[in-house]
Amino acid sequence: MTPAIRWTRKDLLGIAELSPAEINLILDTAESFSEIADRPIKKVPTLRGKTVLNLFFEASTRTRSRFEIAEKRLSADNINFSTSGSALEKGETLIDTALNLQAMAPDLVVIRHGAPGVPQMLAERIDAGVINAGDGAHEHPTQALLDAFTIRRHKKKIAGLRVAIIGDIEHSRVVRSNIHLLRKLGASVVVGGPRTLMPIAMEKMGVDVAYTLQDAVRDADVVMMLRVQLERQGRMAFPSVREYFQLFGLTTARLKGAKDDVIVMHPGPMNRGVEIASEVADGPISVILEQVSHGVSVRMAVLYLLSGVQSEEA
Amino acid sequence: MTSLPTLLIQGGRVVDPSQDLDGKHDILIEDGAIAKIDGRIDGKTAKSKGAQVIAAAGLVVTPGLIDMHVHLREPGQEYKETVRTGTMAASAGGFTAVACMANTVPANDSRSITEHILLEARRAGFARVYPIGAVTKGLEGQELTEMGELVRAGAVAVSDDGKPVMNAELMRRALQYARHFGIPVIQHAEDLNLSGKGVMHEGEWSTRLGLAGIPGSAEDVMVARDLLLTEDTGGKYHVAHLSTARSLDLVRWGRSRGLDVTCEVTPHHLLLTDEEVARMKFNTCCKMKPPLRSEKDRDHLVQGLADGTIDCIASDHAPHHPDEKAVEFNAAPFGILGLETTLSLCLDRLVHPGILTLSRLVELLSTGPARILNLPVGTLKVGSPADLSLFHLDDEITILAAQFRSKSRNTPFDGLTLKGRPVTTIVGGREVVLP
Repeated sequence: MTPAIRWTRKDLLGIAELSPAEINLILDTAESFSEIADRPIKKVPTLRGKTVLNLFFEASTRTRSRFEIAEKRLSADNINFSTSGSALEKGETLIDTALNLQAMAPDLVVIRHGAPGVPQMLAERIDAGVINAGDGAHEHPTQALLDAFTIRRHKKKIAGLRVAIIGDIEHSRVVRSNIHLLRKLGASVVVGGPRTLMPIAMEKMGVDVAYTLQDAVRDADVVMMLRVQLERQGRMAFPSVREYFQLFGLTTARLKGAKDDVIVMHPGPMNRGVEIASEVADGPISVILEQVSHGVSVRMAVLYLLSGVQSEEA
Repeated sequence: MTSLPTLLIQGGRVVDPSQDLDGKHDILIEDGAIAKIDGRIDGKTAKSKGAQVIAAAGLVVTPGLIDMHVHLREPGQEYKETVRTGTMAASAGGFTAVACMANTVPANDSRSITEHILLEARRAGFARVYPIGAVTKGLEGQELTEMGELVRAGAVAVSDDGKPVMNAELMRRALQYARHFGIPVIQHAEDLNLSGKGVMHEGEWSTRLGLAGIPGSAEDVMVARDLLLTEDTGGKYHVAHLSTARSLDLVRWGRSRGLDVTCEVTPHHLLLTDEEVARMKFNTCCKMKPPLRSEKDRDHLVQGLADGTIDCIASDHAPHHPDEKAVEFNAAPFGILGLETTLSLCLDRLVHPGILTLSRLVELLSTGPARILNLPVGTLKVGSPADLSLFHLDDEITILAAQFRSKSRNTPFDGLTLKGRPVTTIVGGREVVLP
């Protein structure tokens, strides 16, 4: 049993600042929301009358649609802004955007932005709770939470597990949030990938670093593959997709050193035949589609906790 | 031209490393020059001759402080700073002279721009301004400027600061050609391919924050390259805002080979590290080039100050409008202010803790830059121009950006209370009075 604590934060900006108890509170709350997806009428009135703004400055299908579904299932009113057609393209600064949002008096703002620190900047300037849906290569807290939720479902625990995260570590916000979360809950983490995509001083984040797929997956309970950002190739990170797959593409054969009951995850979108072979992605040890559905429950939990209705009910 | 007053500065602690002086002395100033410096100069006699007495008991009196690396933004970016506001900031911060970089709009690559800056400086009259001309026309890194013309107009050095001279052959030519005029080539040492899209130091904190890093080697490879070119050309080379331990080692290596190489460091590189970006939660006042480096680098720089490797402290005063800095960290321009914080920061963080003697600090802020730029100031020797700084060693000051004389507000030191406060400056024998 986790100790009963209350959610007190206005914002969810990253995993780095959360306590293990806060993380467990979100995961436990998500657990109670997850059965809604199995009901014939997938809607509860929890956030009725609350306004949620989804502010996406970077293309996103997956994260944005899962937030939208979570908001709708909680009966919140939601409005979507994306870069195309927004004032930002007309030269408005982020601070003006924030002030304009503030004037609309939303209860929650979900933000995705290409620059690290933007959710922080927004949170300091508006009263609404801010949920970071990914800021550059910094954090993506709800992704790490849904990954943990998925791992917990399969392994019944997180403490003591060995989790390998493999791919483009340098440009990944998913890996940073996952490292914070998994270590706070007692797992050990190894990151693996080409040296050209491994940021400096990675071990200072409390992880092991591997430079071959074989080393990375050894004894792993969970293998998490990251999307290769094909657009990064121009920056001399690796010579070709073909060579990347030869070195770091996950195949059934290359999972040999992992635990027998290893599960394979991917935050999506996947590049089949680049970082992961279809035989693994579609195989029995893949939990990739479960991650997608858990993403809704976890976001419902986050929206619920940050909306403050929890304390209104009490 | 109104006649210059006779001034008697009485009872101060005079610190002048150029003549190994540290003690109570009176200073008599006549016709804009140091006339006499002595343990005691009779005030009555002086007064009867019409001298104005400045009571300096309890104050430190030094050769005028010189900031050899500032951006005055005029012409072209007067919304950030002007020669007038920049020199007011200099005087408020205890400086009597600044050397201003050439990256104005248009760049200071011609006689007319240099003359314009000097004219504005004379009109303002708050501090001496020594323009630094561009190395290449338009700072474009293609063709050398008419350095002879620039020097005749009053330029004291050349630099493309803000940008490096990337082309090695052009840098070699610049070092050769500048020899004709005895001026240093000041390099903003940054390999642009290595720094790429980086916005902070590449290290633990860039990794944690997911911000693109600028490796220390981006600076080191340029310093190393330039030292080899300096050796080949016999040129005079100065490293602007040196920020890494390895670059400092390279400067030591250059000296050991007998090269004419000097370097400056900024207060922020001496006092802050890359962790500040996380501590201040992506505050864009932690964004500058070169970026705040690691603790190891910082520690090495402080040692280099104490052991004499570093020739001077310069602030790289880089004003940016508040609107320009109030954006995403990635999008903000590089640079912070320095003129109104440098002296107090150095006194509080370097002198009071015993890292530097007061005399060594004055060397770094006055004698040192004067020597590098071959200026007639930076000394209180009899006959020298009467440029002096007076400051309180122990009085506290709270840094309040909102009250800066500068037009801009971009400092990471806002709100700090520091021990050591500038009091007044004297330029060419006149006490500077700010409006």
